[in-house]
Amino acid sequence: MQKHFKKRSQLHSKASSDGSVASNEFVKHALFVRDLNVFFGDHHVLQDVSFTLKRGETFVIIGPNGSGKTVLLKSLLHLIPFSGSVTWSPDTRIGYVPQKIDADRHLPINLENLLGAKAAILGCSRKEIFSVSEDVGLDAETLKTPVGHLSGGNFQKALIAFALLGDPTVIIFDEPTASLDELAEEHVYDLMDVLRKKRGLTIVLVSHDLSLVPALANTVLCLNKVAICLGPPQEALTKEIFAKLYQGPHKFYSHSSSHRKILDQRHHDDHLE
Amino acid sequence: MGLTITPAFLLAISAAVATGIMGAFAQMKKMTLAGDTMSHIALPGIGIAILWNIDPLIGAAVALAIGAIFIWKLEKATGLSTETMIGVIFASALALGTLVTPSEALIGALFGGTGAVSLMTLFTYVALSLLVIAYAWIERNRLILTLFNADLANVTGVNVSRVNFLFLLAFALTLVLGLRFLGAILVGALVIIPAAIGRQLTETLPSFLFISAGSSVLSVIFGYWISAVYGFQLGPTVVLAASAIFLVSLLKKRM
Repeated sequence: MQKHFKKRSQLHSKASSDGSVASNEFVKHALFVRDLNVFFGDHHVLQDVSFTLKRGETFVIIGPNGSGKTVLLKSLLHLIPFSGSVTWSPDTRIGYVPQKIDADRHLPINLENLLGAKAAILGCSRKEIFSVSEDVGLDAETLKTPVGHLSGGNFQKALIAFALLGDPTVIIFDEPTASLDELAEEHVYDLMDVLRKKRGLTIVLVSHDLSLVPALANTVLCLNKVAICLGPPQEALTKEIFAKLYQGPHKFYSHSSSHRKILDQRHHDDHLE
Repeated sequence: MGLTITPAFLLAISAAVATGIMGAFAQMKKMTLAGDTMSHIALPGIGIAILWNIDPLIGAAVALAIGAIFIWKLEKATGLSTETMIGVIFASALALGTLVTPSEALIGALFGGTGAVSLMTLFTYVALSLLVIAYAWIERNRLILTLFNADLANVTGVNVSRVNFLFLLAFALTLVLGLRFLGAILVGALVIIPAAIGRQLTETLPSFLFISAGSSVLSVIFGYWISAVYGFQLGPTVVLAASAIFLVSLLKKRM
């Protein structure tokens, strides 16, 4: 428990040290991101991304593969080095749902062992394990199932239950529906909306699937290394933006430097339009 | 005729519990084979200790601790896997150890032995084994989360780098405990095989740790017994006993 808070206060001290966000700004907002830049070696992965996150909203980040969506989430979580500022409200508790494929499912542990590990570290009661499992629709029998034997849908729910432990104020989802079939996908989105209302959560969600964004998002950020659009989906997701966001990247998939020059040139042109 | 309870036997039992438990975590960390080779890092320490006339255990412990710190630092600096770093350091240490260890002591260092054990030594080994077991118990949740997904562990407030470092140190200490009766080449077997048996038979953490530690202890008991009855060398006999239990566990799984 103590450790958790210590870690969080570290996050705050880092956040407040830049002194750029006044405390009264946090009444309505959970997060301020200003001029966020990330480099992997010489590769400029995120350029000058700025946005604010309102309390209680669903904030969806969309963009093609390789556009920096996961990198942005990891910056928000202070998992990778970046420049610029990421300032969370001091009362923030974050629950993180990573991409499913990033978790080691071959461990000889059942779901209760896994949730129990987090509960023990945070000092939560055993009761909370059962209440978050119930919230996502996992029964007692599933809790006894080895994580390697869970179905895709149940494993996704398990990751959400894991994030909900410790009563978070913000949930950060990385592609919650990647590799789920469509029915399960809708179910996950419905579940998230129910949880958001029930627990008063703020949700940050990364997706490459656009079909459900308008119904789900209060704010959408279109990302392709730079922020191409930002705002309510009805305003932000115009045909032009859509074309800009999804047309280019396939051509630029190659890592050769000549292609990157073309990419940079296109971005340059885009900004001039 | 058969098994007599000597301090050397009790020492081996307490070390076996530690290797069984740490082997289980090493298996989850996918570094069992690397852990096996890591034991060879003890060799130069043993050699130098014999040359300087100090307890080889201390030499082995110092060499392994330095090795663990090296592996951890280089891993962080180069971004290479733990396995690769252990491989590089192992080869260097084995070469250095072979050069500095007097050849008559080399066989004992490599394959272990049954030399008499004083009560003081026994207490030291039991205390160190308990330390390893306590470490595993205290760190188990942080280890599990780190293994499951390091980012998730980080967001939960776990210092992943510290978890990895403590694990390497505890693992090095575990190898030191097994060196005395198994030697540098064979100690890895009591890390790998009991964990493999445990993994065959269970899918939950408490029973995995329990079966792994239990089959490690059984291997030592059978090994001591057979080696006493037939006069075989102890280290290899214990390892073969472990292999036999592993074969039986394969049958059990089929049923």
